[in-house]
Amino acid sequence: MIKNLRVKSSEYIDETNRISFKFNGKTYHGFKGDTLASALLANNVHLVGRSFKYHRPRGIMTSGSEEPNAIVQVNPGTNRTEPNVRATEVEIYEGLEASSQNCWPSVEFDIGGINNFLSPFFPAGFYYKTFMWPASFWEKYEFFIRHSAGLGKSPTSSDPDIYDHRNIHCDVLVVGAGISGILAAKNAAKNNYKTLLVDEKNEIGGSTIFENNEFNKIDNKTPSEWLKKEIEELKNIKNLEIKTRTSVAAYHQYNYLLARENLTDHLEAKDKTNKIRQRLLKLRAKKVILATGALERPLIFNNNDRPGIMLSSAVKKYSEFYGVACGSKNIFFTNNDSAYESALSLYNKGINVEAIIDIREQSESKIVKKVKEAGIKIYWSYSIVDTTGYKRLNSVSIMKLSNDGTSVTGSKISISCDCLGVAGGWTPAVHLYTQSGSKLKFDEEKKVFVPNQNTSEQISVGSCGGDFKIDEIIKNLNQKLKDTLNIKETDLDNIKVEIDQENSKRNIWLLPSDKPLGKTKPFVDYQNDATAKDIKLALREGFRSIEHVKRYTTTGMGTDQGKLGNMHALGIIADTAGVKMGELGTTTFRPPYTPLTFGTIVGRNVGKFFDIFRRTPMNDWHVENKAEFENVGQWKRAWYYPINGETMHQAVQRESKAARESAGILDASTLGKIDIQGSDASEFLNRVYTNAWSKLAIGKCRYGLMLNEDGMVYDDGVTTRLGENHYIMTTTTGGAANVLGKLEDYLQTEWPELDVYLTSVTDHYATASLCGPNSKKILKKIIPDLDLSDENFPHMSFKEANIGSIQCRIMRISFTGEHSYEINVQASYGKDLWKKCMEAGQEFNITPYGTETMHLLRAEKGFIIVGQDTDGTMTPIDLQMDWIVSKKKYDFIGKRSLYRSDTMREDRKQLVGLLTDDPNIVLEEGAQIVSELNQSPVEMLGHVTSSYFSPNLNKSIALAVVRGGKDLMGKKLFVPMENKNINVTVAHPVFYDEKNERLNA
Amino acid sequence: MFLINCPYCGERDQQEFKAGGEAHIERPKQPTELSDDEWAEYLFMRKNIKGVQFERWNHAHGCRKWFNMVRDTSNDEIKAIYKMGEKPPAQ
Repeated sequence: MIKNLRVKSSEYIDETNRISFKFNGKTYHGFKGDTLASALLANNVHLVGRSFKYHRPRGIMTSGSEEPNAIVQVNPGTNRTEPNVRATEVEIYEGLEASSQNCWPSVEFDIGGINNFLSPFFPAGFYYKTFMWPASFWEKYEFFIRHSAGLGKSPTSSDPDIYDHRNIHCDVLVVGAGISGILAAKNAAKNNYKTLLVDEKNEIGGSTIFENNEFNKIDNKTPSEWLKKEIEELKNIKNLEIKTRTSVAAYHQYNYLLARENLTDHLEAKDKTNKIRQRLLKLRAKKVILATGALERPLIFNNNDRPGIMLSSAVKKYSEFYGVACGSKNIFFTNNDSAYESALSLYNKGINVEAIIDIREQSESKIVKKVKEAGIKIYWSYSIVDTTGYKRLNSVSIMKLSNDGTSVTGSKISISCDCLGVAGGWTPAVHLYTQSGSKLKFDEEKKVFVPNQNTSEQISVGSCGGDFKIDEIIKNLNQKLKDTLNIKETDLDNIKVEIDQENSKRNIWLLPSDKPLGKTKPFVDYQNDATAKDIKLALREGFRSIEHVKRYTTTGMGTDQGKLGNMHALGIIADTAGVKMGELGTTTFRPPYTPLTFGTIVGRNVGKFFDIFRRTPMNDWHVENKAEFENVGQWKRAWYYPINGETMHQAVQRESKAARESAGILDASTLGKIDIQGSDASEFLNRVYTNAWSKLAIGKCRYGLMLNEDGMVYDDGVTTRLGENHYIMTTTTGGAANVLGKLEDYLQTEWPELDVYLTSVTDHYATASLCGPNSKKILKKIIPDLDLSDENFPHMSFKEANIGSIQCRIMRISFTGEHSYEINVQASYGKDLWKKCMEAGQEFNITPYGTETMHLLRAEKGFIIVGQDTDGTMTPIDLQMDWIVSKKKYDFIGKRSLYRSDTMREDRKQLVGLLTDDPNIVLEEGAQIVSELNQSPVEMLGHVTSSYFSPNLNKSIALAVVRGGKDLMGKKLFVPMENKNINVTVAHPVFYDEKNERLNA
Repeated sequence: MFLINCPYCGERDQQEFKAGGEAHIERPKQPTELSDDEWAEYLFMRKNIKGVQFERWNHAHGCRKWFNMVRDTSNDEIKAIYKMGEKPPAQ
């Protein structure tokens, strides 16, 4: 029968609401208000997991988010499963299932436990040292290491839950709703600051809410009673929002914080659906008040990790808050007065406390006297040297500590017990504080790091600020609030605090044992199984920096980031190396404070919202006509239109032939379009393009090449002069935003004297490009009254016209080498325009073609694509486009760089055509080009940039960049591939219609 | 994540901005007169110091305006923001 350790009803536990849940397949019962940890403890289950490296049995150590051991897999085997969840944070609900991690076949019998007995062979750096040789064996090692590594199992199917992001701006953000946080928030809100108070727990009040120590009084009430009254008053305060189950994960610069608000994790499955599971709060606060409290430290002694060994404060919380006794024979082990409060709490509830082992010589505080009066045996100046019990603690052995605390003497006493509460002092939770970039200092007296220099408007109050006594806390909080909030009076001015707390403690980072250190297991980082001897080994091997020791031993690198043991690690390093702790500094605390799910981080940006995409106005038509799409920048562009089960190659060959033989149509709406106006528009174009623009007549179009200041080709496109001071520029699809940004940069910063205005109109127009020998006839059918003669409407010119009542801009320009027209209409008419062209072109078998055919057709003509045939290292001269670079213009962007010694080198890579000796072999884009085959190493001359099988030439064609290629015309080169060498000949890059006769056909 | 006080729009999140490198590097008025070394100095050489740095920023997802910022790169403190063409504040 399962022993029930529920000892007393608690106001936080609803005993009328009994909940059943499963742990490792077995059904247990708890009550509404329980965490998985408290419910398991009530069922006398301590063993919940196995440790990472040695697979040692581990139990619940804490009652909060700092838990290193009790990490479980929640709802295993479902698509809602989540690994590495702290049992101390899981609120139970009907139907909850959880299982242990890192054990096989079960937590009770774990084969990996063999590692514990082999542990002498697993020192720090074991993997680094062992799996080095022979190098070729790594793949074999990796297989086994991967299988034994990792905690928990990630879900295999997609997450069914919804996540959300929310921005919140507030005057004051208070992190942590313990006594300090509550008082801070209350006073901020009362003084008209818009205040947000967040706490990771489901109830506010922190640890004071169950603080019933009769020796501490606030206004003659116990701290617990007094705080409950304060919380009651919060309800009537305006300007105050309180968020529970909200854990601040990160504190960035300029008071920007990220928090996870948990909305449905505590609900039954049926209540989770269609609700937001977690919300990432993006908080921007004018002032931040950190009231994150302090974490109790354990003590580092031999075998300090057995199930049943817990923090003293956790033992107290389980009894006071959850009404659960963690053991029936309890012992406390301490270096300060905290354990006495826990012991008294248990005693008052009738729970047996066997003894307190105190490493101090003595303490005279009232609470210690009270414990003595209760008849609890206190062992002064004793230390635990060993513990026994594999799956549950069953005894501790203690010995007298020497005066200097470095050894133990006398005879060993064994005390039987099933729960040990350990109290090693308190560490301020400064994690968020340091994340903000603020600096800590070491307080020699308190032996902790406390906030020192703030980088933003923030204060740390309460125990996270280094104040541990309630009178100190309230006094300092009061002053800090007045300073920060610029107020003269607070609620705290007239509070009367009586206290009996003695700060006496004896700090020994690593407690001695009767055995040599090498034969003991004093765990410092429980989750990663790093012991004090690992740390000492690292120091012996020469590591000095705390950051290096951390990485070598993995201390503090678990999912808990070593919240319990980091101070001990520092202390042991300082003691061993003989330096002061303050000089070592701390390791960096990185976000998130507690792990975040990926879902929370991405929020709504999943599935089709993961990456935004743009579609053209004609998109529906492409979809209806079974186009395949490709991504170009953010655009989804029609790639090719297969019919009757064609392959891509077949479709592209058909489309390419049709466009040259009769008529083709391309959706060119994605090209960037920038409207340029102003009296200096022509001068502006002169400065940004390599060629001259002043003399371009109104109604004419010109191709332009844009360079970077370093002389390399940046973008290209056709610009049309619409009026005296009005141009429309087209850019490449992918380059549109960057080109606009670059032009604006020059206008605003280098040439503010120019009267030029730029507007992006890419989305405002839809463009159909009609091409082929019959394009003129088709356009004539659509706009009968437009004179399409070469005299009236020659190549590289522009007309405005109407299709019915729809205005359109038509440019007679060509990217295929065929006679063609680009028709632009207002975007909303794009689909109608397309359909009209298709209808009019039907008798000419008009063929829609996609980007692949466009690429093939332009390659036949040797037209470059910026970004495919160029890569940011090609000048116009390299591209054999000297004709477009004005010699007369005094300056343009990049001009000076064309005369640098490097850009004028003769042996630069230059754009050439390549023809394969076997016309049926199509080269691979990216393939390397060499001049010698039987040479090693062989010089790479260049690579293939574009390659297609041309249906119009009935042979393979390619563009390539080749070192000194201009002078290699007709030369035989080789393209070595995996299985063969391909013979190629350098050719002129224009393969088709060199004389441009078809443009006017 | 900085909070940047755009001189045209006011305080906005860093996400809306684009950093544009070192400020106050003027494009030479007569590039053709420059030696290779002088041109290279303008083209390539940029400071990257730990400490107070003068930078160009663009409110790319806002008003699209460029402006200057004085930032301490060691702690990311923004010491001053001023418009293009304005004189940098004395440091």
